Amino acid sequence: MNENTFVIDGTPIPFEPGQSILQAALKADVFIPHLCFFPGLKPNGSCKLCTVVVNGRPGSACTLLARPGIEVENNTPELNDRRRLMLQMLFVEGNHFCPGCEKSGNCQLQALAYELEMMTPHFNHFFPSRKVDASHPEAFLDMNRCIMCGLCVQASRDVDKKNIFAISGRGMASHIVINTPSGRLKESNFSSSDKAANVCPVGAILPKRRGFATPIGQRRYDSLPISTQTEFLTTRKA
Amino acid sequence: MSLVNSSVEGVLEPILERYLRNPHHLMQILRETQERLGFIPKWAVDYISEALALARTQIQSVIEFYAFFYDSPCGKYRILFSDNVTDRMQGNTALLARMLSRLGLSQGQVSGDGLVSIDTTSCTGMCDQGPALLVNNHAIPRLSSQRVDAICTLIKNQTPLEQWPSAFFSVEDNIRRKDVLLSAELTNGQALQRAIELGPQGMLAEMKTSNFRGRGGAGFTTGVKWEACRNAPGETRYVVCNADEGEPGTFKDRVLLNSYAELLFEGMSIAGFVIGASKGLLYLRAEYRYMLEKLQATLEARRKAQLLGKNILGQKGFDFDIEIHMGAGAYVCGEETALIESLEGKPGRPRIRPPFPATHGYLGQPTVVNNVETLAKATLIAQNGGAWYKGLGTKLSTGTKLLSISGDCDAPGIYEYPFGVRISKILEDCGARNAMAVQVGGAAGTCLARHEFGRKIAFEDVSTSGALMVFGNNRDMFEVARNFTHFFKHESCGFCTPCRVGTTLLCNLLDKIADGKATSYEMNELSRLHQLLKTSSHCGLGQTAWRPVYDTMQKFRPSYDRRLQQKDFEPAFAMDAALAPAREIMERDDADAHLGNEL
Repeated sequence: MNENTFVIDGTPIPFEPGQSILQAALKADVFIPHLCFFPGLKPNGSCKLCTVVVNGRPGSACTLLARPGIEVENNTPELNDRRRLMLQMLFVEGNHFCPGCEKSGNCQLQALAYELEMMTPHFNHFFPSRKVDASHPEAFLDMNRCIMCGLCVQASRDVDKKNIFAISGRGMASHIVINTPSGRLKESNFSSSDKAANVCPVGAILPKRRGFATPIGQRRYDSLPISTQTEFLTTRKA
Repeated sequence: MSLVNSSVEGVLEPILERYLRNPHHLMQILRETQERLGFIPKWAVDYISEALALARTQIQSVIEFYAFFYDSPCGKYRILFSDNVTDRMQGNTALLARMLSRLGLSQGQVSGDGLVSIDTTSCTGMCDQGPALLVNNHAIPRLSSQRVDAICTLIKNQTPLEQWPSAFFSVEDNIRRKDVLLSAELTNGQALQRAIELGPQGMLAEMKTSNFRGRGGAGFTTGVKWEACRNAPGETRYVVCNADEGEPGTFKDRVLLNSYAELLFEGMSIAGFVIGASKGLLYLRAEYRYMLEKLQATLEARRKAQLLGKNILGQKGFDFDIEIHMGAGAYVCGEETALIESLEGKPGRPRIRPPFPATHGYLGQPTVVNNVETLAKATLIAQNGGAWYKGLGTKLSTGTKLLSISGDCDAPGIYEYPFGVRISKILEDCGARNAMAVQVGGAAGTCLARHEFGRKIAFEDVSTSGALMVFGNNRDMFEVARNFTHFFKHESCGFCTPCRVGTTLLCNLLDKIADGKATSYEMNELSRLHQLLKTSSHCGLGQTAWRPVYDTMQKFRPSYDRRLQQKDFEPAFAMDAALAPAREIMERDDADAHLGNEL
């Protein structure tokens, strides 16, 4: 076996030193479900959807570096069961109403729920009371849909150099806060062309006045399952 | 608190100056601001944000992360009842109700005149002398009806805290069994002098010979950790003492900090000497705020005695000093990387590991993070040698272990045993005659039933950070597990999905069982969640949050079964009761407006 190769579910995967298991897998057209990873940003490791088993030990594929010869379990019934359970957790902890959401069809959470055959949310919904901030001329913030992935926080801080978002609170009370005196987005220098405006895996940050430009049914994940779009997932800018 | 004679600058400038406007001291700046003002108002956030060039959101996220920071007024007297299961067993629920009724308040509410608020908090480390409470972060143990009534009177009379009877605040050590550590009689500086004579490599060799393993819970070999840090590339190095003793049922570090601080500080200095650090940080949990001044005085005395500072004990180039950093109410900060985040002035969310603190710790520099007991014992090893230490305890678990014993026994307190001691021997010594179960290692530890009392305290058998809670025959182990699980839900940092949502789901299921509305369906759900939390959580908190439920389900199943309904499923709510608002709107309450029993 090549020096820079490891194995996922029996398939040899080449990698470049410094790549994570997730990066190498996607590059080799092997899909590992994930939500809080975005190409070009530092892996956050919080959603835990990409949890795989490496040489017998569970770990996050987005934060573990690929190493020669490691054996990774990924697409197994047991791991997919756990992933489905975590998706159900994400669906019940927030307020996700796909039919009325502009992100439907382009939403990674929804796409993964289809991919992993999540038929119901299973648990009682928490129905939390969360904020909507429509103050900014270019974008809505709908915290009902936020899954705490932290991508907007990082993109705004490290790419846009604006540091507009942060995660505050603890446990179930965790929430996004805005770095303005009033806590509202309109006082910030946020723009819909910011990286932060284009990394949200769900519909928590949505551009205004661009609703339903592509009809539902013709959107990214409507026609092809997310698991077949590995190239897009590694090269996307938005 | 009124701001007459105290402008914004007047309040905040001295605090900011004292902490050199260093953003890494944000937690201390916020704590002192709150001690001055009672809470942290928005204008203070704005001012500190400006002064430290920190985003407002970073300050807000710190305030909202830690349980003991408040962004709105919470009463001149802020009462928090410790709510560990041991406090419950000692009757804190009735005492809380008594205080609420005397002061005409409901839990969590601030009185109309802004005088007082009353709520509960996680274990405050007074299990051997509970029930306990904190008033403005100062501990009052041994609560009784009389003491509660006296406190109510003091509050009503608005007696300043400094004038409350000092007996209220006296915390006993309750040392019941001494072994090599607790009976050590060392002259200050003696062990440090010996470490200097041995040299860093020599001292490291002694540590490795001793085969001494860390006492915080994980049991990593201390010498190996020190060596990894010493060898890691870095501009500077740090020694961090983890005194964030938050594990419910644990209070041994409280006693070490109170009566053996010299041993601890000497151990930190020895660690600093070995790894080549010039700065040590003691992370003290907020619940131990009452010891801060005393510990600082001890540090000052050590500076005067040339045991801290520059050229320690005349050793040219050996510079080392220790700073104390107060926590603010977050159990997760006991996790070493969360603790480091907190030291840096951030919310205590555990980092991704690797890299480990030994190479990338405080401010990204190589850092040794050790427990209080670990560092105190390093002093003993310096004094008496690694070979001596290796002769104590068992082969795989050398030395002694401090146990914090509480619950149903005659003599709760601190017991020091050589490793390898059997649970049955401990129970005999502490006068626990009718023990049905012991919880070893705190909420995240192991629940042992009677048939397991022959097992031994050791890394190779029952491993523990030091808590041992005893439950007598009459105790309800389901309620024990429910108390612990609510604790984990309260303390989950919220970073990862399994722990953030999973701990809440566990609590919902246990509450449904407690309500008598559960069936075997809920028991299966608990098992499913346990698998997920164990394998997929980001840190030890989530990875162990399922344990109390799992252990008690295995070992005390009848305490669950007797609450279950013998049917396939029962909804969490009563259908007919849920229709009450509809009946009210329709202004009818006749038989047809109710659901029949057929449903």
